[in-house]
Amino acid sequence: MTPLSEYLLSLADDRLILGHRLSEWCGHAPILEEDIALSNIALDCIGQATFLYEIAAEAEGNVRTPDRMVYFREAIEYRNLLLVEQPNGDFARTIVRQFLYDAFGISLYDRLQTSSYAPLAAVAQKAHKELRYHFRHSSQWMLRLGDGTDESIQRTQHALNELWQYTDEMFIGGFPAEEVIGSGAAIDPRTLRTGWRNSVDTILSRTALTLPEKDIRMQSGGRNGRHTEHLGHLLTEMQSVARSYPEITW
Amino acid sequence: MSENIAMMEEQFNRRIAEGETIEPNDWMPDKYRSQLKRLISQHAHSEIIGMLPEGNWITRAPSLRRKLALLAKVQDEAGHGHYLYSSAETLGISREEMFGQLHTGKAKYSSIFNYPTLAWADMGMIGWLVDGAAIINQTTMAKCSYGPYSRALLRICKEENFHKKQGMEIIATLIASGEQGKAMVQESFNRFWWPTLMMFGPHDANSPNSPDMMKWKIKLKGNDELRQRFIDMTVEQAQAWGLTVPDPKLRFNEQTRSWETGEIDWNEFNAVISGNGPCNHERLNVRRTAHDQGAWVREAARAYEAKHRRSSETAE
Repeated sequence: MTPLSEYLLSLADDRLILGHRLSEWCGHAPILEEDIALSNIALDCIGQATFLYEIAAEAEGNVRTPDRMVYFREAIEYRNLLLVEQPNGDFARTIVRQFLYDAFGISLYDRLQTSSYAPLAAVAQKAHKELRYHFRHSSQWMLRLGDGTDESIQRTQHALNELWQYTDEMFIGGFPAEEVIGSGAAIDPRTLRTGWRNSVDTILSRTALTLPEKDIRMQSGGRNGRHTEHLGHLLTEMQSVARSYPEITW
Repeated sequence: MSENIAMMEEQFNRRIAEGETIEPNDWMPDKYRSQLKRLISQHAHSEIIGMLPEGNWITRAPSLRRKLALLAKVQDEAGHGHYLYSSAETLGISREEMFGQLHTGKAKYSSIFNYPTLAWADMGMIGWLVDGAAIINQTTMAKCSYGPYSRALLRICKEENFHKKQGMEIIATLIASGEQGKAMVQESFNRFWWPTLMMFGPHDANSPNSPDMMKWKIKLKGNDELRQRFIDMTVEQAQAWGLTVPDPKLRFNEQTRSWETGEIDWNEFNAVISGNGPCNHERLNVRRTAHDQGAWVREAARAYEAKHRRSSETAE
């Protein structure tokens, strides 16, 4: 693994794990239109992940395939953010998780469109278009849930309080390696914080929701493989068939 | 008055006999309307319940490509459900009302979705057998007399054909990968063969609704004829793959140039359609739970729309 391939892998893992979580809703959503919408967003996420794994594999020198990366890595080898692996919970929690990520993803992939690493810039151009829809979808639901009924406000506020601890991780330094940022391939996550916060504030200001207390202890570690316990269970399920029959080609 | 209705019905029958399609605002006999409501909503429910057995494997699909394809397929089913409910709504029944009928067990849906999916090969089997059987039914029904349903079916059949190919490709890939893959396919075939034959419904002699529906072109072929068409096509595909049809009585009739099967277990069929198949309770519980747990979300959306409609009215 090179610093660049590790960065690409982290981007792919974010998209895959979030897409996987969304796909768990398929057949169980609160309205039929959301079965369709959440599946669609999941398809975008997993589709983007597939492209990102392909370029990560190339950057590694094709020592393993994208499927190998997905189905035969352990939780500690995954590089995704803690936020995206959090369980779906109720619809409010899924929407808050999505909103907090989308507000970050939309500016990340906007900037990555001009990455000096051409394969990544190409993936980002497609991904950014899709993320604009995802952000619109999750923002629209934040407005409805955050300015709907007492119950929806209370549930959404609770989700926001619970998930807030995983937001700081999107913007801390130390990953990716300085050389990947310096070469212009990667975006320094620290530079995305202000824009993200403005997007979040803009939507929340139109709702009855408030940001959690300032002294919440922030969690991080996903970029180093220090995950919450949830990821292991997700992977156990996801990898079970592939690992039970390593000889079969699918 | 009743003379008037008799006249309209005569005219209605003539229109259908001449091959015209009936549109939502046209006059139609009450029984035609109620039969269509039943047919279309059953089909819509089948799409929605049908998401569950395949949805069961989305999180375990064994490669990225398979995961994307399966998710896209189940999403297509949600889409089919969506426009079938809309199509039924043109007859004057709401989606909420149809959900109510499904959740209370009043409405039926395809018996096949009351069987569990136990292995990855089932994802191929559902595409090949279940979608294959559905295509035979639906391409026939696409020529039915009710315009909105007929048009919905044309679009659905295109996507179902793609799903069937996708299923066959899953099976072909498993078989080509060696003994283990082939054994997984055969085991799945053993479980799905008979339930798929049941999808075509009872023998024509035991299908009481048919004569009126045939006249009105909301049923165009008998159950047995469609079932036979499916059997003849599928037995040959199975043989080409080297699979064994799980029916010791299966034989080729040289006179009719057709495959004859043993008798379907109609006790099992009756149990499944009356709500006592292996997964009936499970499937309905999942749908009821999703609906109940989503109630607060739907209320929130309604409350938001109401607030914002009011405030935009005040602004004007």
